[in-house]
Amino acid sequence: MRPERDTIIQFTHRPSAHCENGVTSNLLNFYLIDLSEPLVFGIGSGIFFSYMPFIKLNYLPVISFRPLPGWIFKRVNNRLGMKIKRKKFASPKKAMDALDANLERGIPTGCLVGVYHLTYFPRSYRFHFNAHNIIVFGRENDKYLVSDPVMEKPERLSYEDLKRVRYAKGTYPPIGRMYWVESKPEHFDLKKAIVKGIRKTSQDMLHIPVPLFGIKGIRYLSRRMRKWPHKFGPEKASLYLGQAIRMLEEIGTGGAGFRFIYAAFLQEAAGILEMDWLNELSDEMTAAGDRWRQFAIMAGRIFKNRANNEETYETAANILMDIAEREERIFRRLKKISLSE
Amino acid sequence: MKKNEVPQDDDGLMEGKLKDLCYAVDENGKYVQVYSTGWEPKNAAMKQAWEEIDKKVRKTLRKVQEGRLSPVAFYMEKNIMNITLLAQYVDLPKRKVRKHLKPDVFSRLKPSILERYASTFDISVEELCNIKKMDKQL
Repeated sequence: MRPERDTIIQFTHRPSAHCENGVTSNLLNFYLIDLSEPLVFGIGSGIFFSYMPFIKLNYLPVISFRPLPGWIFKRVNNRLGMKIKRKKFASPKKAMDALDANLERGIPTGCLVGVYHLTYFPRSYRFHFNAHNIIVFGRENDKYLVSDPVMEKPERLSYEDLKRVRYAKGTYPPIGRMYWVESKPEHFDLKKAIVKGIRKTSQDMLHIPVPLFGIKGIRYLSRRMRKWPHKFGPEKASLYLGQAIRMLEEIGTGGAGFRFIYAAFLQEAAGILEMDWLNELSDEMTAAGDRWRQFAIMAGRIFKNRANNEETYETAANILMDIAEREERIFRRLKKISLSE
Repeated sequence: MKKNEVPQDDDGLMEGKLKDLCYAVDENGKYVQVYSTGWEPKNAAMKQAWEEIDKKVRKTLRKVQEGRLSPVAFYMEKNIMNITLLAQYVDLPKRKVRKHLKPDVFSRLKPSILERYASTFDISVEELCNIKKMDKQL
């Protein structure tokens, strides 16, 4: 039997650009660890790049500006020493019962959901994407109270609707996955966590020995982009460009494929670590972000005006080369960060 | 990006339900959160993606009307699904779903199976089988 009375946990909903940052930041905040979205993003080494032309999503190549879903959350909690309990359920009913039980015990609970059936989302944003995160923090008049970080205010979902999104099908189905904080550490070292996050990011952006990732990935995309119009013809090439823009500016990147959130993080880190040189790098990261936006504007012009595009694909690819250059400089300096300077 | 440069190109795509939270630099060089109602290149890219889907849906609709495919094919495209995904939602093997795309096989389907398809597509069984009114679903 489902309990019928209302339960509402005093949970502060703070909107964020990206769902995983937001869920992590809001959950930590509930346990009195107040970290902003950029801090969570930086500590979780959230910035990344990969271009994997042989993996297709809706017939288009994967271009991603972030690590795999779930990694930011995992890294932040590891680096701060939070204990997280994760569970998935074969039976939807059991998954909902377990959620109810958590709410009764006053535990705000994160759920992995698919966005296709998420009723409060605008129609044009509902694709079959299964790595969205929300926090359920209560039940009132038979509706679940949901803190979805990309929404301005808390939303409500019925039992059936919540069950449905928790059991969305397709690539990486959530299978009712939920997670919550089991215990928090007595003390944690924020400075150390920040440095660790920065080091991991620099490592991944500079030194993964496969040319698809990090700075090498950006250069790879640039080289391939020059060939798109000859290789695929104008129609398909323009679809590829559209894909690049969507991934760059998709809901939750905070603009320019997370580059601005990362610049905000570097600025905050400069204050916490008392390292002024991070402010300089923050400015440079902002400039790199601005270049990404110029790339998007250029790409947008190309696929709207299909007539003489051969030259413009080159220009767009040149911007990417410049971005790779800039970001390489930034991460080479960031790599050297150390607490004992 | 400066605070006053955060684009506000509302194109109705977010239906007023959603705003994009962006990070931008204020007058003092400090990062702040600013809401954006949309950005032109992104809006164009989103529209492009939906036009592609729309093209496929219309093509499939024609084939259904010509009796070459069953309504399942139409609603599958309309819900941006492929056979693999649809098979998972209706909990049937892929080869069966593939057969159900044929009009003659579809017309002999049991009510219980039709019900599964209808609830997956969020419509009634009646709507699912009514080819004449299907273009209203576009």
